[in-house]
Amino acid sequence: MLSRVASNLYWMSRLVERAENTARVLDVTWRMSLLVKEPALQDQEWFAPLNITGTLFPFSGRHSQVCAKEVLHFMALDPENPSSIYACARQARENGRAVRGSITSEMWEVLNSTWLEMQQMDEDKMLARGTSAFFDWVKERSHLFRGVTFGTMHRDDAYEFARLGTHMERADSTARILDVKYHILLPSVKEVGGAVDYYQWSAVLRSVSAFEAYRKVYRDVITPLKLAELLILRDDIPRSLHFCLRQVCDTLGKVQNAQSGETLRHAGQILSQLQYGRISEIFAGGLHEYLTEFLESMKALSGQVQQSFFSATLVE
Amino acid sequence: MPLSQELYNEMFDAHRRVRAHYSAFADWLSETPPARIEQNRQAADLLFHRVGITFAVYGEASGTERLIPFDIVPHVIPGAQWERLARGLRQRVLALNRFLHDIYHDQEILRAGRIPAATVNNNAQFRREMVGVDVPGGVYAHIAGVDIVKHNDGEYYVLEDNLRTPSGVSYMLENRKMMMRLFPELFAQQNIRPIDHYPDLLLETLRGVTQGEVDNPTIVLLTPGHYNSAYFEHAFLAQQMGIELVEGQDLFVLNNTVFMRTTQGPQRVDVIYRRIDDDFLDPLAFRPDSMLGVPGLLSAFRAGRVTLANAIGTGVADDKSMYPFVPDMIRFYLGEEPILKNVPTYLLGRPDDLGYVLDHLEELVVKEAQGSGGYGMLVGPTSSREERERYRQRILDAPERFIAQPTLSLSQVPTFVGDGLGDRHIDLRPYVLSGREVNFVPGGLTRVALREGSLVVNSSQGGGVKDTWVVD
Repeated sequence: MLSRVASNLYWMSRLVERAENTARVLDVTWRMSLLVKEPALQDQEWFAPLNITGTLFPFSGRHSQVCAKEVLHFMALDPENPSSIYACARQARENGRAVRGSITSEMWEVLNSTWLEMQQMDEDKMLARGTSAFFDWVKERSHLFRGVTFGTMHRDDAYEFARLGTHMERADSTARILDVKYHILLPSVKEVGGAVDYYQWSAVLRSVSAFEAYRKVYRDVITPLKLAELLILRDDIPRSLHFCLRQVCDTLGKVQNAQSGETLRHAGQILSQLQYGRISEIFAGGLHEYLTEFLESMKALSGQVQQSFFSATLVE
Repeated sequence: MPLSQELYNEMFDAHRRVRAHYSAFADWLSETPPARIEQNRQAADLLFHRVGITFAVYGEASGTERLIPFDIVPHVIPGAQWERLARGLRQRVLALNRFLHDIYHDQEILRAGRIPAATVNNNAQFRREMVGVDVPGGVYAHIAGVDIVKHNDGEYYVLEDNLRTPSGVSYMLENRKMMMRLFPELFAQQNIRPIDHYPDLLLETLRGVTQGEVDNPTIVLLTPGHYNSAYFEHAFLAQQMGIELVEGQDLFVLNNTVFMRTTQGPQRVDVIYRRIDDDFLDPLAFRPDSMLGVPGLLSAFRAGRVTLANAIGTGVADDKSMYPFVPDMIRFYLGEEPILKNVPTYLLGRPDDLGYVLDHLEELVVKEAQGSGGYGMLVGPTSSREERERYRQRILDAPERFIAQPTLSLSQVPTFVGDGLGDRHIDLRPYVLSGREVNFVPGGLTRVALREGSLVVNSSQGGGVKDTWVVD
């Protein structure tokens, strides 16, 4: 299929996924900040979403203060911020529109109506509706889009590239969420402030919809080690790194071409580390270091995907 | 030649009796409850909206998308009349392709003095890059949309030959689909010739014009992208033919060979059905600011490594200043008398013609030779004195840029308007395909001027469309 079409499909799903993850992060941050009584510390919470998405720098360029109101607006509704939920919905629709013939009408209708509704949204409406209700709406639209894709799309390469975008973005996002919260996961943290820690850990789990799964898998109190194991190494948690990388490798295997061998090898290498890794060893080497390295690898993989599928060139 | 202004009605004769080829439809119309017709007319609007058959209107707020109004009363053509029309179309398009080959090679028609050499060589549409270039089968205009009207003498006249990137064929196909869906009984009652094989014919035409023998040629449709007014049609045709819909950025040229970028690596392209104007095709050769084209495409084309449909430089043959010479082309190249009539045309670059036209503005239609889409023309009989005076000034500024023709009384077909049926003027655009042979589907796109008395059928000027039936 055409590289441009594949690229549009890939980015269409990546951006839908990105919007969903941003909503998840903001929702958790919002809930956590409500727990903090002291206003100065409350604002501290709002550094996290900026760090997770790597947008602290552009944010500071336009805002003097990190606080709930400003960060919420910047990350949810700001049309100028290319990674805001608003901008993701807009761009995902543009991507879909450019390849209208390669997606189903139902997929297009979801993208289109989401964007139409998003344009009606402003800060007052978001707050009036309740921030959590807004984030739930974003998540629902993303679920709907993925469901419609799964339920209607012809299983050809177009489907595979859409799926690839979803899992590349999700792996990246889960790793970022973990990384920003890594300090609360360190075993050295004293377990005296039990209640707050518990809440923080459960919030991380909830942000990736894995709270129930944790309960089911471990039947135990939440510990940082197990939490990290669940989200990094388990292969049956749909937002874990292991799960996402398995999907990525599977997809890359299906769409491989003459130039993609190295890309697939690299993805397989990342996967094998997740497959055979041990959480105790990861913690021994430093969780933050591990995640940083993982994010670097994903960034490189992303570049390789671009190179091997979306920018075909002939060597003279 | 003064043409009388009586009106010809396709459905009724002068005594308001239903013509034979319309009788089946007239019976149906009188037997069908008006409520059902009204209901189905609304259903048609809804369906067209949902499928997204819209077009963008230039000059209106950006991104305006409108529906072309669809009328359910068909334009019916008796089989025998169509046969004659078809022979005329085949003849005309053959001659136009012969003409294009000739003027880009030996220019025999100019040397024979049948057309003034300056009319061709000084024409802005004459592409020097094409001189001496051979194209497969000598075919330049693979897809031609010939605009035809019927005058009150009952004769068909050619209004213009569109040989660049004629559009509208998707409406022709969708109109038929809609009629069959809404009123299937009409198609059971009589023998209406099918047209839905048009995409197959088009694909066959394109496959037949590869450079040399290619077993399984790669054919693509090149579109300016989804902001273009005809994007719907581009996507529709590509999908119907099962070929890739590409944009300029999807193609690149290496060693005079055109490739498209696919996820499986570069793939060689043999034939490009392009819906981009010459000027935007190749930024290296034509407009350097064009983001739509493919750098190096002209060179690959000239080297005979890829087929462009239509070829570059066809505009010189459908230019309005060339139009008066088409009957002579037919005589010169084919040794035949033209079957289809030309509308008498005044070239305002000629002093005699200019004088006559300025004295008779209120009787004539004046157009820019380079214009299209019904923009910027003067329809004398329906114009105001002020409009004519303003237009007179424009003519005097650059007379050679204008042509004038008598106002034809385009034939009429009853059409649903506000409060019932009213007679409205129509024209017809059959699509003529030239590859290894000349081919077409019976009929074409019928456009209707919805405003009472209006002669302007262009969709951008408030025109609508009708299904076209050739009946036996």
